Amino acid sequence: MRQIRKYLWAGAVFLMFLGLSKTVWAATSVIPDISGGDTAWVLVSAALVFLMTPGLAFFYGGLVRKKNMLSILMQCFILICIITLQWILFGYSLSFGPDVKGWIGNLSWAGLQHVGLDPFAGYSATIPHQLFMIYQCMFAIITPGLILGAFAERMKFSAFCVFSLLWATLVYDPVCHWMWGNGGFLKAMGALDFAGGVVVHINAGIAALVCALVLGKRRGYPDHMSPPHNLPFAVLGAGLLWFGWFGFNGGSALGANRLAVSAMVVSHISGAAAGLTWALLEWKFNSKPTMLGMITGAVAGLATITPAAGFVGPISAIWIGILASLVCFFCVAVIKAKFNYDDSLDAFGVHGVGGILGTLATGLWATKAVNPAGNNGLFFGNPGLFLIQLKATVITIVYSFIVTWVLLKLVNAFMGLRVSDNEERIGLDLTQHRESGYTMLD
Amino acid sequence: MRYIIAIIQPDRLDEVLQILEEKEIHLVTVSNVLGRGRQKGISEVYRGHKEGGRLLRKVKLEIAVNEEFVQATVDAIIKGARTNHIGDGKIFVLDMKECFRIRTGETGKIAIG
Repeated sequence: MRQIRKYLWAGAVFLMFLGLSKTVWAATSVIPDISGGDTAWVLVSAALVFLMTPGLAFFYGGLVRKKNMLSILMQCFILICIITLQWILFGYSLSFGPDVKGWIGNLSWAGLQHVGLDPFAGYSATIPHQLFMIYQCMFAIITPGLILGAFAERMKFSAFCVFSLLWATLVYDPVCHWMWGNGGFLKAMGALDFAGGVVVHINAGIAALVCALVLGKRRGYPDHMSPPHNLPFAVLGAGLLWFGWFGFNGGSALGANRLAVSAMVVSHISGAAAGLTWALLEWKFNSKPTMLGMITGAVAGLATITPAAGFVGPISAIWIGILASLVCFFCVAVIKAKFNYDDSLDAFGVHGVGGILGTLATGLWATKAVNPAGNNGLFFGNPGLFLIQLKATVITIVYSFIVTWVLLKLVNAFMGLRVSDNEERIGLDLTQHRESGYTMLD
Repeated sequence: MRYIIAIIQPDRLDEVLQILEEKEIHLVTVSNVLGRGRQKGISEVYRGHKEGGRLLRKVKLEIAVNEEFVQATVDAIIKGARTNHIGDGKIFVLDMKECFRIRTGETGKIAIG
């Protein structure tokens, strides 16, 4: 107890110091111009991406059993709190701060030192640096959120909080720096990731697969499982995700400009093409198209177009969407059943596979006609890009796989990852939060 | 012919159903119910949770069986539902006067299974 109090004091003193140093810095700065239009769009985009986390909470929440509904909502919402503070205190600095050998940012931007209301031209010359920071914060929040679909209904809440904080710091922040941070080695290599195919979807998807493998199956999986408890909630969540994705991909242009429009248009197209494709696949192979299948397809299409959004044209987006559903459908329906792992809400099957597919698709369909700052892909005469994309994909898969595995084993050794059999049977809402999502009488 | 009504803890349902199936008792009607027993609706300590209205969530099983299945059914429910904590529930066995299968109009023993 005394030990803990000592740490708390040290933390409080650190915070006070941070506050002071920032005020001094702000008083001595000169204010360059910002663009009102760009700032307005990225402000709105940050809010749109924020909304994706509650959206994801309902998407996942609707798919679990009644007794675990609140645990999903709680996990998503506590991430908003934990990761936001992590991001402000040191996460942003590790991800985007001054480069250390291409691997990670240093801590000189910790506590938002040097992250003020003036633009930082290295990332975005026309919007305040703090706006770029908070926009990126929303990505850092939703990424560990995606993972929780893999271990839904069986992970201890305390272990979840510790794991998520460690994962954000040791997996998300470095990979984010490699891809998007100035000096990051994937960026220097010429790898393209417009809005998070590598950083968000591959990263979280692979971590999800590792979680499903390490935590093991839920009791009764796969033969004795109740169906999703509230599909309308899942559909509501998918709607919010789709809506938020316009900020996720459109906002990644970091301005109100042609590129933002192009990114939003192709994202929407891919989501639509993928949703339709999934429904048709089910119609053909499972006799009827389902609501859950359709929204799963749409999310797969949106995840897959994410890395490609700022680099491809509208017709390419249709192909990317169709391909997304074909491959993800195969993974969810065939591969998962065959290998018999319990990726409960298909975080790997949709986001991991979609992210890999989209990152490789960027190497095929990217064209400088859409974004002169990008590159041409294989179909536009440059096979080199495909190889770079492949390399970035493999590196991220290997890193995320190994570090996630180590973190899970570590957390397991200290506090245990999984709830007891009995707690799992009663449900996480009652055992982890002492609450019920629903009452039986009015 | 007997009509068996069992009130059990919700989290034991899967277990009970599985054991019933092993004993080839497939016919069962299940409902969510609220109720209270001798403990007057005060919830057990191990769940650490008090529910409002002094009523606890339970699951009710209703099973119609022929005489020779009565003991097997009761045993299966006890085996699956017993945790040795207060609130494990009750089993009631009632005489059943008649049984009709709606589709065929059959009655009696044959209509049950």
